[in-house]
Amino acid sequence: MEECHIRATDLACRRGDRLLFAGLSLALGPGEALQLAGANGIGKSSLMRILAGLARPYSGEVERQGALALLDERPALDEHQPLGKALNFWRGIDGGEALGIERLGLEALLDVPVRYLSTGQRKRAALARLLGQRTPIWLLDEPLNGLDTHAVALVETLVAEHLSAGGIAVIASHQTFALPALTRLALAEHAA
Amino acid sequence: MSAALALLRRDLARLLPGTQGGGTLLPLLFFLAVAMLYPFAIGPNPTLLAGTGGGVIWVAALLAAILPLDRLFAPDLEAGMFDQWALRGLSEELVVTVRLIAHWLSFGPFVMLAALPASALVGIDGATLRVVELGLLAGTPGLAAIGIIIAAVTVGLRGGGAALAGLLVIPLAVPLLIFGAGALSTGGEGGLALTAAISLVLVAMAPFAGGAAIRAAREG
Repeated sequence: MEECHIRATDLACRRGDRLLFAGLSLALGPGEALQLAGANGIGKSSLMRILAGLARPYSGEVERQGALALLDERPALDEHQPLGKALNFWRGIDGGEALGIERLGLEALLDVPVRYLSTGQRKRAALARLLGQRTPIWLLDEPLNGLDTHAVALVETLVAEHLSAGGIAVIASHQTFALPALTRLALAEHAA
Repeated sequence: MSAALALLRRDLARLLPGTQGGGTLLPLLFFLAVAMLYPFAIGPNPTLLAGTGGGVIWVAALLAAILPLDRLFAPDLEAGMFDQWALRGLSEELVVTVRLIAHWLSFGPFVMLAALPASALVGIDGATLRVVELGLLAGTPGLAAIGIIIAAVTVGLRGGGAALAGLLVIPLAVPLLIFGAGALSTGGEGGLALTAAISLVLVAMAPFAGGAAIRAAREG
């Protein structure tokens, strides 16, 4: 896997008049994972969007090397299309073969329109999209929401494999994420 | 380049009339319905109909271009598609350019086609029809560009965004209408050339204006 790192220095995030967090710094290298914990509304998702470069921090900066993939609550798959076609669209952009369709138990769902999928099935479909992107840095925003115990174990395995291949994972979740060598960052400590 | 092609394929599948993605024939039926209702409203006076028919086709084309506006960007922004494109380094400008092409293809050629039966309904002659068709060819890309810009600017508005977008398009489309439909009364090439010029400016502007608007909505 290509050389990668992500480093954030002295980040602050503001929503309206409210300062969500300030003075937040983190640095991750190949094979390292970080879990962002904290109550709802503490700014986990905002921090994810800042790390992804999709939103600008109020102050501070993010520096990274290596491509990045984001999994959030929206699967970004066309609702009216069958799952297979919706995933094919992203494959056309990302290139390469589809990954993890079988492991994620999606073969039987490829003909089903995305709008008929359940919450857990959508999550697994979004994971297939993420795998197909083949990026060294993964940002996972609540990756375990709506998944059954079997799928939770599968996601934990996928992330562990990604890390041992030299990848980086940032996981925002209030659930326990079983992973050896997972650093925890509780956001509440940074609240102003 | 392959990414742009993948985007275009997806956009066409969503916007072209009669495709499963919700692109419908509605704007075209609407266009024909206006042309059909007009003679009923104005009365069966052939000279009056032939004199004003070309202008009515233009107004109907403008209204048909407004109908798909709410489907242009809002669903993709909500579904997180723009986030995913941004992460892959596909700029908003590229996405908006591709969508401008798809939006025009989904109504421009069809409106020009539907203008043929419409011209029979309002009873305009061959020479006028030629000016109408050339005018539509010059003007519909501009209408598509205005639609794209307005749809992008109003994308962040909850609720009444679609209706507001329709209202905002109308004043911006006035220059196109003046020169495009104006070419009918003068029969001149000048009006058509000016219509095409306005269209070109709008088409050149749309990717940047639309791209900036989408980015602002995404970061907000």
